[in-house]
Amino acid sequence: MKRFVVTQLLYLLFVWPAFSQTVRPVTASQLESRFRSGKDTVYVVNFWATWCVPCVKELPEFEKFREDHKDQPLKLLLVSMDYESKVKSAVMPFARRQKLKAEILIASRKNEQGFIDAIDKGWSGSLPGTLIVNNAKAVRKFFEKPLTHEELNTLYQTYK
Amino acid sequence: MKKLMILVIAAAAALAAKIPAEGYKAGDRAADFRLKNVDGKMLSMAGYKTAKGFIVVFTCNHCPVSQGYEQRIIALDKKYAQKGYPVLAISPSDPASVPADSYENMQKVATAHKYTFPYLIDETQAVSKAFGARATPHAFVIQKTGAGNVVEYVGAIDNNAEDGDPNRTNYVEKAVDALLEGRKPVVNTTKAFGCSITYKN
Repeated sequence: MKRFVVTQLLYLLFVWPAFSQTVRPVTASQLESRFRSGKDTVYVVNFWATWCVPCVKELPEFEKFREDHKDQPLKLLLVSMDYESKVKSAVMPFARRQKLKAEILIASRKNEQGFIDAIDKGWSGSLPGTLIVNNAKAVRKFFEKPLTHEELNTLYQTYK
Repeated sequence: MKKLMILVIAAAAALAAKIPAEGYKAGDRAADFRLKNVDGKMLSMAGYKTAKGFIVVFTCNHCPVSQGYEQRIIALDKKYAQKGYPVLAISPSDPASVPADSYENMQKVATAHKYTFPYLIDETQAVSKAFGARATPHAFVIQKTGAGNVVEYVGAIDNNAEDGDPNRTNYVEKAVDALLEGRKPVVNTTKAFGCSITYKN
């Protein structure tokens, strides 16, 4: 029993902080002001949900893409479309299990239609979706399909 | 001139290749279907002699967004079946890829959760494709007319999937209310937010 407590303590001390992720709520307009303040940063914003099978499959591709561009003006944001009440019970445990290191946000919306339209008028609302924004070059592209690491690289090279 | 022709043909081919099956839009006539209900019986819209229309909802067992809407779908049927607009729920899911959506599991859920409406399985996904169902849940409000079953609303059930917001806009309710009062829905198209439907091919 004592050993169990010790292992648990060690886990809490060392392993937990490594994966502890804060998941802050973000509205569509807060995302926009963030893009505006980013100057030459290329924002790659992935819209996903813990219950979306193709999203879960594609997330490692985004993590690898982020890892490969650490020293570049690139910001990856993973915006969860889970219910806001599920942050603690679903999104955070998922992020820990999947060892996600990118910044995770939760879409804060009282109105899904408004949020979806604000991101992209052409977005049908299905997940996953990815928005690429580079304000310095007036780039704003939305992709309503899963993307691979290679496709993300190509898109980044095209729009950076 | 020849070059131009080639360009035009190439452009047309590119366009044709890109256009997905759009499905029904508001104003379109919906073809009737014949699908198996959880009680084992085959069901068609034509079987509803006294109905004024239908609230067709593509939904399924496994999707958390569908689960979140389950009570709201039951409430829609309780409110509108007696007014002539019953709910017809159709599962577009392929049980081969999602075992939770098998016919047997649909029967279990319909019984356990006391569905007041038919819960139909679209085994070939042909009906879901014809409607253009994209996600679960995806609602279609249909009005029976002399000229066939006319789609009057396509999209989300309301604008806030997370339950409990008293100020949300109930699109389906508004659409059916309008039709019952002899008007057309003001908002006849919204976006379906939920689990994307995976089509077999």
